[in-house]
Amino acid sequence: MNRKKTSQLLQQLVFVGPSTVFFILIIMIPFLLGLSFSFTNWDGVADKVAWVGLDNFKKIFMDDPDFGAAFWFTTKFTVIGVILTNVLGFFLAYFLTKPLKTRNILRTVFFIPNVIGGLLLGFIWQFIFVKGFAAIGEFTKLPFFNLPWLGDEKTAFWGIVIVFVWQTAGYLMVIYISSLGNVPQDILEAAEIDGANRLQILRSIIVPLIMPAVTVCLFLAISWSFKMFDLNLSLTKGGPFGSTESVAFNIYKEAFQNNRYGLGTAKAIIFFVVVAVITSVQVKFTKSKEVEA
Amino acid sequence: MEITKKYRAGTLVTEIIVALVGLIFLVPFYFLFVNSVKSFGDILTNSASFPVSFEWSNYSKAWEATKFPAAFWNSLIITVVSNLLLALMSAMAAYRMVRHNTRFNAVLFTMFVAAMVIPFQSVMIPLVKVMKVVTDTLGITDSRIALIICYLGFGIPMTVFLFHGFIKSIPLEIEEAATVDGSNSYGVFFRIVLPLMKPMIVTVIILNTLWIWNDYLLPSLILQGADTRTIPLATSAFFGQYTKQWDLALAALVLGILPVIIFFLSMQKYIIEGITQGAVKG
Repeated sequence: MNRKKTSQLLQQLVFVGPSTVFFILIIMIPFLLGLSFSFTNWDGVADKVAWVGLDNFKKIFMDDPDFGAAFWFTTKFTVIGVILTNVLGFFLAYFLTKPLKTRNILRTVFFIPNVIGGLLLGFIWQFIFVKGFAAIGEFTKLPFFNLPWLGDEKTAFWGIVIVFVWQTAGYLMVIYISSLGNVPQDILEAAEIDGANRLQILRSIIVPLIMPAVTVCLFLAISWSFKMFDLNLSLTKGGPFGSTESVAFNIYKEAFQNNRYGLGTAKAIIFFVVVAVITSVQVKFTKSKEVEA
Repeated sequence: MEITKKYRAGTLVTEIIVALVGLIFLVPFYFLFVNSVKSFGDILTNSASFPVSFEWSNYSKAWEATKFPAAFWNSLIITVVSNLLLALMSAMAAYRMVRHNTRFNAVLFTMFVAAMVIPFQSVMIPLVKVMKVVTDTLGITDSRIALIICYLGFGIPMTVFLFHGFIKSIPLEIEEAATVDGSNSYGVFFRIVLPLMKPMIVTVIILNTLWIWNDYLLPSLILQGADTRTIPLATSAFFGQYTKQWDLALAALVLGILPVIIFFLSMQKYIIEGITQGAVKG
């Protein structure tokens, strides 16, 4: 009996031990340390740490217009980015489940931007916005292409939105395609025989039946856009004049450029709470809309 | 979901419209590729045209300046080692957690799932400090090993979660039969369960590869020294130095994206399946 217990304990250690150690070391400890650092004025040099209570949080809420602006930018970006990329991803999937001759190659085309990391994509698009758009503008005479794009506060926002949608729509398309493939053929045929038009079929049958995919796609798009960092860094570095600074970028700057680690971790904790609340509310809400076929 | 299997006039219109959108999606790549072989002057005068003379030296210069072979090797070794260890450790943990659902394992699994919501920015600042202590204590001098350790930690929750869902669908009878035949737990896992998990192993490797290969922020915080740089870091350092020096920058960008595009085109079927699997279970 005792030998069996030892063997069980050994198995638990061998199978679960390594994962647990790395999890604790890389996520749990830094997360808990972050909680406690957020009440200090730590500047990265260990021997000068002092407990400051809620001062960091007070400062963030009362006296940090940049952080407020970053939150507002991120919120705007998330709302617009999530809607656009989901609408585009869904309609690409909707049309690419029809018997098109080029559908396989088109699926590949729409997905490709997603395999390239946000950093390199941002660099590529810098060239497109500066040189590419200018060339197209000269050719087509459309004022759209002659805007200053990354150089101006208003258009820089939309510049990042364009690249974000271009990058992520293909991924959501893949998920929507697989979900559309599970919509039962007989229901669609029955609706068509009953005289439902295409819009009615789309709204009353297809959309309710693919709600599980909507849950997943909204979740992914919200977490990508709310945590956006790479595109922000490579496209605008938060500029012009800090107008396109995301929360993730603001935290990064606070810690690693201004060396205010205590303040940075306080912001990171607030960021965590907001992300956790938003994503769990969204998943709860869309899950409640799911129906069975 | 094909309402109409027949190819009608309406389908042709749809096909043309979607194909046009597809072409628009490819325009950035067109600009990238044609301009990467132009001289600097040609890029400035007309960036939309086809190249008139090919300036292949852009590539050899970018190849040397980014130390491309070294960067490629760093990216490759970090991605491969992290992937193999992640898949093995997570599969083992998930197997044990499903088959021995003790209170301890249940709590641990809940913590893994909960940790998936934590944004990277919320742990990165103390992480840098923790990693310094870890590397000093263990005497790790190669920062690439430190980076791999980080990937193991960050990858565990999602990877365990995916395996966990998959193992629940494997019937217990197969393992019981093997136990009766005299296999111990380790034998059952490595000879019976692991081979059955192959589809999910492919899925997690695909998802983790795309993540680790393209990651920028974590390596930029952990890696020390120019000769440990991965492709995103090397390209970014080069781009920072040669802003507006488009002829070299674009060639460096093409080099930077080529490996992952080749990986995607050759593994496309598995990647699409992997993403669908990951999304369904996630």
